[in-house]
Amino acid sequence: MGNGTRLGRVRGLGSSHHGTGHWLQQRLTALGNLLLVTWLFVSLVRLPLADHGAVARWASNPTVALGLILLIISVFWHFRLGLQVMIEDYVHGEATRLLALVILNFYAIGGAAFGIFAIVRIALAPAALGPGGM
Amino acid sequence: MAVSIFHRITGDGLAIAGVLLFLWWLCAIAAGPEAYAAFVACVWHDPDAGSFHQVTNILGKIVLVGLTWAFFQHLFSGIRHLVLDTGAGYELKTNRLWSILVFVGAILSTAAVWLYIAKEALHG
Repeated sequence: MGNGTRLGRVRGLGSSHHGTGHWLQQRLTALGNLLLVTWLFVSLVRLPLADHGAVARWASNPTVALGLILLIISVFWHFRLGLQVMIEDYVHGEATRLLALVILNFYAIGGAAFGIFAIVRIALAPAALGPGGM
Repeated sequence: MAVSIFHRITGDGLAIAGVLLFLWWLCAIAAGPEAYAAFVACVWHDPDAGSFHQVTNILGKIVLVGLTWAFFQHLFSGIRHLVLDTGAGYELKTNRLWSILVFVGAILSTAAVWLYIAKEALHG
């Protein structure tokens, strides 16, 4: 057996024992957010937000609903990674740090599931198929 | 560097305040017209406002303006990071120029969006 590749010999030796995958995912989700959150932002500014019917019709359009679900995945994964770095930098002490990371994961995964479930409810609500629906 | 710590602060703000408000909004749409009207009355405008909703309406607008600024600050500063990742823009003068432009761009964009919203609100 050889000594492995140069990358293989240093992989996992950093202070956190991981990192490149994290770094790359942070950037991929950043690009996803760049497209999806800009789209949501423009939509929010243009929508008549006080009108439930109009907002629900917009959100129940299949393309919009799919976009919103992708947005939730991209945004929640991005902030989970970002806040993880924040916790690793500023929360000291093994136990507190572990607890903070557990809470972060509960918040990110629970929040994403809650959001996606709400989008599905809106998209499949019978009212959206009534008169004036799309 | 100020631009770097602001990237972290705005990221935190968006991840907590922005995300919770977004989830509340989605939940209110899913729950139907009455729940949605209650959401709008709390965050934005209540036609027959009691003193409680007068306070939450003002707070809601402050939070929304703050989130708009945090969005632009994080977006522009994030684009700056993606450019820096390619190895470009590390010369001191260039780096300083783009850091300043991130701050100026975020404030101008926030002002432009809210002037547009105010104009739309005034003209129906």
